[in-house]
Amino acid sequence: MKLKRVLMEMISSLRSNKMRTGLTMLGIVIGVAAVISMLSIGQGAQNSITSSINSIGTNLLFLSAGSRPSFGGGGGFNFSRNIRSLTMADAQALMDPYQAPAIQAVAPVLQGDINVAANGQTTSTTVYGVTTPYFSIRNETVSEGAIFNDQQVNTHARVAIIGIDVATTLWGQTSGLVGKTVLLNSQTFTIIGTLTSKGGTSFGSADNQIIIPLTTARDRVIMRTGSNVESIYIQATSANTTTEASTQISNIMRLRHHVAVGKEDFTVTNQADLLSTASSITGILSAFLGGIAAISLLVGGIGIMNIMLVSVAERTREIGLRKAVGARNRDILTQFLAESSFLSLLGGVMGIVLGWLISLIIGKVATALGTALNPAVSLNAILLATIFSIAVGLFFGIYPARRAASLEPVEALRSE
Amino acid sequence: MEDTVIQADGLTKVYRMGEVEVQALRGLSLQVKRGESLAIMGPSGSGKSTLMSILGCLDRPTSGNYVLDGEQVSGLTDDQLASIRNRKIGFIFQAFNLLQRTSALDNVELPVSYSDRPNDGRNRAAEALKAVGLENRMKHRPSELSGGEQQRVAIARALVNEPAILMADEPTGNLDSKAGQEIIDLLLSFNRDRNTTLLIITHDPRIAGQAQHIIKIRDGVIEEDPR
Repeated sequence: MKLKRVLMEMISSLRSNKMRTGLTMLGIVIGVAAVISMLSIGQGAQNSITSSINSIGTNLLFLSAGSRPSFGGGGGFNFSRNIRSLTMADAQALMDPYQAPAIQAVAPVLQGDINVAANGQTTSTTVYGVTTPYFSIRNETVSEGAIFNDQQVNTHARVAIIGIDVATTLWGQTSGLVGKTVLLNSQTFTIIGTLTSKGGTSFGSADNQIIIPLTTARDRVIMRTGSNVESIYIQATSANTTTEASTQISNIMRLRHHVAVGKEDFTVTNQADLLSTASSITGILSAFLGGIAAISLLVGGIGIMNIMLVSVAERTREIGLRKAVGARNRDILTQFLAESSFLSLLGGVMGIVLGWLISLIIGKVATALGTALNPAVSLNAILLATIFSIAVGLFFGIYPARRAASLEPVEALRSE
Repeated sequence: MEDTVIQADGLTKVYRMGEVEVQALRGLSLQVKRGESLAIMGPSGSGKSTLMSILGCLDRPTSGNYVLDGEQVSGLTDDQLASIRNRKIGFIFQAFNLLQRTSALDNVELPVSYSDRPNDGRNRAAEALKAVGLENRMKHRPSELSGGEQQRVAIARALVNEPAILMADEPTGNLDSKAGQEIIDLLLSFNRDRNTTLLIITHDPRIAGQAQHIIKIRDGVIEEDPR
């Protein structure tokens, strides 16, 4: 039997019961749409987390005071944390090229949420007091003006580099701000640069910040006793030496703070570890969501099988007639398989479109709610869904089709 | 020269219904020459439907030998039987057995689409419909046709592959007597004009009487064969 004839028979058969065809297909449409949207949302979450971690830098390590906080980060609720502040001396010690050869650069940071006023506007933002290595370690660059230099740090200069979100809030513009003044904690600072935008991340906007010299911050903005700092950023010599760097930091800090292994009063966070943890979590999440969605596709497949069985039963006489006029078993098999595969293929294509729309809408909603989630419908997901839906059609179609093909012509003709 | 289209010897057919064996045919032998028209009569349960199924290659005999138009049928596979049905036999059923969702033309084309020369099926189907007088009904669906017209579509379908034998199983059973007579006239005219062997199973003595011979079957054997 010619392919064209098979296709024509198939279409006329499916058209003869449009309601049933539509509902059967709906099962596959929903299943595939669920798979596509879940996978794309998982992929989007993974992309978003990976890019925000990458924007921090993969050879970056982060040293903070206190033992590792309980998961969820609410450090203040964990009273058993050992806390001993980090100091400038700690930062200095980590620079030792003999004890810490894997460390490239060190940047101690003071940070605090401060009220900012300028141009008659007031807002709140995070102010970072840093030394010059901070800029290269955090990949911070300026789109306008300049960063401050060591001399400005040493002279406690009252200069500030502002993020574009702050600039937008205060002035409604992101350029032409160099030379203007801004009040931080009622202290006047001169703007010398505008930070290059890093875009929003899942951890909050990197553009909503102001960077000033560490010395000035300690004097005038973020009051701290002694030479304490909030945290220390450390850059490893390369992305491959972060583990060594982490070990070296721990060794140096244990010595300086006189604590044993397991009793640390500090925490070293390795971005590479964070990245792999985050991506394995999102990977599990995607697999989990995709798995649940796949179950609905399976249910859709069972729907196809059910309908095909009904169809075979209804058309027993037709099958008998076809056999009487010369249809071979494989002609009948082809006819029914064509119907079930076409149902699932068309359902799959519609499901891909629907799933793509769903993920688009979820992305818009998430963006509107302030979460930077950009669902990515990957070619792999589309291929997977297409192949899977055809496979579902064939798998669940083969039993009814075989049943039809193996009918005895005499008995089939006699059926009512 | 008279050649033999059907040569059946000692056909038996045993159905198993659970524990019980039913003997539908008990060593039936039959010979039919090309161009003959035969009416097969017999009470229900006599085995005439079983005989028709076996002669039509829709079923296999339990034992016995059957040669159809020079081809040994015993021992063929399902696909080979399908091919023989396609090439050599045209069936006409009491209930017409047309596909409701397609046109008369599509219905007639169906056997061509299963043959080994499926091209040109459209034209051949149209010719067959013309031969049964339905050239103005080609695009109609069966539901838009009268019973007589539907049976004529079925006859066109039976003829489209130019078979050696037409087998009609109660072809007038669902028709009024006028339409029924038209169908019989049509079948007899093809038998005459094209030398196509015609087998009609019927209860109706008036229809049977129009065939050249009447063969009576009872209890799985031929009770009466006037030839």
